[in-house]
Amino acid sequence: MHQASTGIAAFLAAVAAVTVAHAQMDNPQAGIEAYREALQDGNPAELHEMAGEELWTTPAGPKNASLEQCDLGLGPGVVKGAYARLPRYFADTDRVQDLESRLLTCMETLQGKDPKVYIDASFTAPPKEEMNALVAYLSGQSRDVAVTVTPEHPKERAMYELGKRLFFFQGGPYDFSCATCHGQEGTRIRMQDLPYIPGHEGAAAGWTSWPAYRVSNGQMWSMQWRLNDCFRQQRFPEPIYASDATIALSTYIAANSNGAVMKTPGIKR
Amino acid sequence: MKHRALLVAVALLLPGGAAMAQSGPWGPGADDAAFAQMLKTSFKGRGVATLDRLNQDETQVFCSDPETVYAPESAARREEIEKVNLASVKWPADGVWLGDWKEGEKIAQSGRGNTWTDKPEQVNGGNCYNCHQISAEEISHGTIGPSLHNYGKLRGTDDAVMKATWAKIYNSKSNNACSNMPRAGHMGILSEEQMKHLMALLLDPRSPVNQ
Ligand code: HEC
Ligand code: HEC
Repeated sequence: MHQASTGIAAFLAAVAAVTVAHAQMDNPQAGIEAYREALQDGNPAELHEMAGEELWTTPAGPKNASLEQCDLGLGPGVVKGAYARLPRYFADTDRVQDLESRLLTCMETLQGKDPKVYIDASFTAPPKEEMNALVAYLSGQSRDVAVTVTPEHPKERAMYELGKRLFFFQGGPYDFSCATCHGQEGTRIRMQDLPYIPGHEGAAAGWTSWPAYRVSNGQMWSMQWRLNDCFRQQRFPEPIYASDATIALSTYIAANSNGAVMKTPGIKR
Repeated sequence: MKHRALLVAVALLLPGGAAMAQSGPWGPGADDAAFAQMLKTSFKGRGVATLDRLNQDETQVFCSDPETVYAPESAARREEIEKVNLASVKWPADGVWLGDWKEGEKIAQSGRGNTWTDKPEQVNGGNCYNCHQISAEEISHGTIGPSLHNYGKLRGTDDAVMKATWAKIYNSKSNNACSNMPRAGHMGILSEEQMKHLMALLLDPRSPVNQ
């Protein structure tokens, strides 16, 4: 765990220079294109993937066990292609879970860790750094795999419908819902293109590219973090990490993306 | 925001609310009770972003159901909602419409305020450039709303234009029930003075918007 954190810190320092260079470009879009090209054989997310793999295989927690026997839906220990099939229903918890909520289950059952510590920590604190590294690793194990999220179990269908309903749910001082910003084709906020998430193409653009390394701040963001920041911009109260609202939205976006190919972990502005 | 009394759960118990909610497109498992339960267990208040923000007013309830919002049979309801919102508009106390366009430009640029990372004492921005083109010099603008470039030049500055623009900024739902634009005055996002500055940005002939 220590090793992993040190790795992340060293690597963040290493990319700081590049990040600054990018921030100085006047055209953000051209900036990111150039940056993408330069990084074609090395998304900095790879270092997070390596840190995540180490966290996955290293015994930890009160039970001094690794996560290698974690069942992400394809059986204990199967990581290849598992992320592309999440969120899904798990009989042992009787819940629909996304990758992050499922990881919390495994950390609790296999390692004896307290999930609350991970839930309550801020996204930049060490417990969340572990989560972000783990999702970088596990999402990488689904790179080039087609998304297969087709709600069939009644709880999966309910989660999809709840996610859809939440997507259009307006509230707060600005009357915003997800649909305010992601409910029309071809709009932007300032210079940032906004995907149309009710449609396959827009949903897939988002779903298949997160978790992602963010060039603008040198951080590795999980899908939970992405959604959290959109809720912030929406002026909503904060979604609890791995809560049903976040899993419902992920189920909605993932199912709308069904069939698209995972490019995870991604790289973003 | 005192008038925002309708709890989702409570609203859905009212006869009108129930009918409206049930006509929604939500499939199996996303009934009102399940949805309210999900909201209840999934959020926590943080800073200025308190949990009561999940309590919808009647405009938000109506506008959260995309299948009924623009249905022909909802026309009367849309009109009702616009009336309620128009009635909330407070006109400038001193009868003066225009402030200083330079201040207006700053307010239009700022997207600050009302997130859980914002401080309660800080001055809110208008977020206008996030959604609109306004002055031609600012190329970093959003496209959720229409261009407001040449706004005054195109419309003139008679009293009817002043009044309509004030109403739009104060309460965007006053002429469009489910506008994607926030209700800046009604929700207490901007002060009367700030809205006058924005009026000047859009309508003062000296503003770069009208050059
Ligand atoms: C106030 C506007 C706003 C609201 C409301 C909003 N978002 Fe976003 N969303 C953004 C912006 C801006 C981005 C980042 C685009 C970029 O960086 O290029 C984004 C990015 C995303 C992405 C990643 C897209 C991609 O292609 O990388 C997803 C997924 C997403 N939002 C989902 C949601 C969901 C679900 C909600 C409702 C909880 C929501 N957003 C609410 C503005 C918003
Ligand atoms: C979240 C996006 C959003 C924000 C923020 C926003 N608007 Fe709008 N605005 C819209 C949309 C969408 C429309 C068109 C639909 C309508 O009229 O309701 C609109 C319409 C308008 C109109 C009427 C235009 C016309 O041709 O009749 C004016 C004036 C206006 N906005 C001014 C502002 C000002 C000033 C601000 C900043 C305080 C602002 N808007 C902030 C989305 C936004």
